[in-house]
Amino acid sequence: MSAPLRNDAVFWLASCCALVVLLLFAFAVGKFPIAPGDLLRALFSRLSGTISGLPEAVDTVVWNIRLPRIMAGLVVGAVLAAAGAAYQGMFRNPLVSPDILGVSAGAGLGATLGIYLGLSLVFVQIAAFIGGLAAVACVYYVASLVQRHDPVLVLVLAGVALGTLLGAGISLIKILSDPYTQLPTITFWLLGGLNAVTPDDLAVTAPLMLAGLVPMFLLRWRVNLLGLADDEAATLGIAVDRLRLILVTAATLSTAAAVSLAGIVGWVGLVIPHVARLLVGPDFRRLLPASLLLGAGFLVTTDTLARTVAAIELPLGILTAVVGAPFFLWLLARSGRLS
Amino acid sequence: MSAAIEASGLAFGYRRRPVGTDFSLVIEAGEVLCLLGPNGSGKTTLFKTLLGLLPPQGGTVRILGRALANWTRTAFARHVGYVPQAHAGLFPFRVEDVVLMGRTARIGRFDVPSRHDHQVAAECLAMLGIAHLLKRDYTEISGGERQLALIARALAQEPKLLVMDEPTASLDFGNQIRVLEQIDALRDQGMAVLMSTHQPEHARRVADRIALLDGGRLLAVGLPQDMAAAPRLAALYGVTASAVRACLTGVAARPGARTSSSAPAGPERIERSHAP
Repeated sequence: MSAPLRNDAVFWLASCCALVVLLLFAFAVGKFPIAPGDLLRALFSRLSGTISGLPEAVDTVVWNIRLPRIMAGLVVGAVLAAAGAAYQGMFRNPLVSPDILGVSAGAGLGATLGIYLGLSLVFVQIAAFIGGLAAVACVYYVASLVQRHDPVLVLVLAGVALGTLLGAGISLIKILSDPYTQLPTITFWLLGGLNAVTPDDLAVTAPLMLAGLVPMFLLRWRVNLLGLADDEAATLGIAVDRLRLILVTAATLSTAAAVSLAGIVGWVGLVIPHVARLLVGPDFRRLLPASLLLGAGFLVTTDTLARTVAAIELPLGILTAVVGAPFFLWLLARSGRLS
Repeated sequence: MSAAIEASGLAFGYRRRPVGTDFSLVIEAGEVLCLLGPNGSGKTTLFKTLLGLLPPQGGTVRILGRALANWTRTAFARHVGYVPQAHAGLFPFRVEDVVLMGRTARIGRFDVPSRHDHQVAAECLAMLGIAHLLKRDYTEISGGERQLALIARALAQEPKLLVMDEPTASLDFGNQIRVLEQIDALRDQGMAVLMSTHQPEHARRVADRIALLDGGRLLAVGLPQDMAAAPRLAALYGVTASAVRACLTGVAARPGARTSSSAPAGPERIERSHAP
């Protein structure tokens, strides 16, 4: 049976509305609960330039604490999901995530090294970003040296190998680091979280994350042809290697920026595109916006749960797995199909 | 007007494994040429070379008057359509989307298929008698229907030359006939068709000329009645001429086999004559 919602404008409208509702909910809950009325007044007053007459604490919470965090959740979730969708199409494998070429491992190593060397948070993020880009560049270079029939397989194998190597590097640094100060920082960074996001962080990383989405959007029709064998796609007029390089670069840029901001948030790039594909089908023209919406909503919801569900704040990476996996299994059981 | 394909002294193969040499062939517009050859004769490598997917190792190839090296990928895709053997898709694209992929070379780099593209796709499917499959998932239709969809995809490119790799494999008899009739119609419209097949009777039915390939070398090119004659085919495939005739005409070659359905041979007849 075809995916039931492919042409349904109602689906898109409903998704956007659901996202807005989730956003309002995320703004409202937390250690400092804000009544919906107050929230709307605060939003309206800032947008229209008038004074809201609310206590200053409400304003501070909404604009300085919740807003950067929620915006970060939106963009990181959207971008990781879109990158995952692009990778799954490109590598012809619904079990692939953006981490397959080692961007998360590289970013993790960069950040771990930064924390170990005592760098400030800003430089840790820069180190993570550079680490992510460098890892994928290495993988691409190694893969280009191997002239084999299946370039996709070579990329994946090189990515897995390098990812493992970088993971070993991370473990080594963990052993060497100070168990009382550095190790907890490293551990929490690797588990992912949005609690330390400042507006400045967002102002720098958001453009990078969104920049990676531009090529994905422009090339949304051609991505579909990458699901064919290379030879077949070439006879249909696609410069396969170049297209793949562009998409990998775009996805890596976005993912590295996302990881440098939020740490390693797994599962979003793997499961959300899957769910989106079950709902709207594999055509990237529809899969891309669906992944963006679902990824944004999922991460905002998960982050909201992370800061409300327990007395302490739970790391995002743990929660995405705990929330995402059972939901995915349920969806799988319902639809009876994996693609 | 220049020929559709002009290969001259072509050597083809992989970097460390040459497959064929001294291959010379001309295919004109409005002509169907069938390539016959045993497994491993180099047909696939030859096709890949002619399609620009493998660099030639020697000689020259001109497609529609232009040397292979002077074609850009996109321009080539607007003039040459390739129909591979049908494969199981991985993701459940609709048949409509699969055929639309053929329009990619005519769409701008950052564009998506337009209404005109959708129209062309629907027409190509209708031409092959599978318009009803438009909204079906490619992964859920039969192998034969997939083959027809891939032919529609190549037609959607609006090419002048069609290269088909065993286009009737996995089709039922009716669909085989339909595809061969479609190839006829395309030839009448001026399309040049190069196809490989493992069925000499199809080659005899639809080809203007037949080329015999073995060991990477072009053994002979000529009219179907000469090339697909039993002795030639027997030599090509390494079987006896009588076996070829039996297969092609349906007449049994075994001694003592039935030749009519009302006179059973062997034990049955003995039993009947003993009946009371």
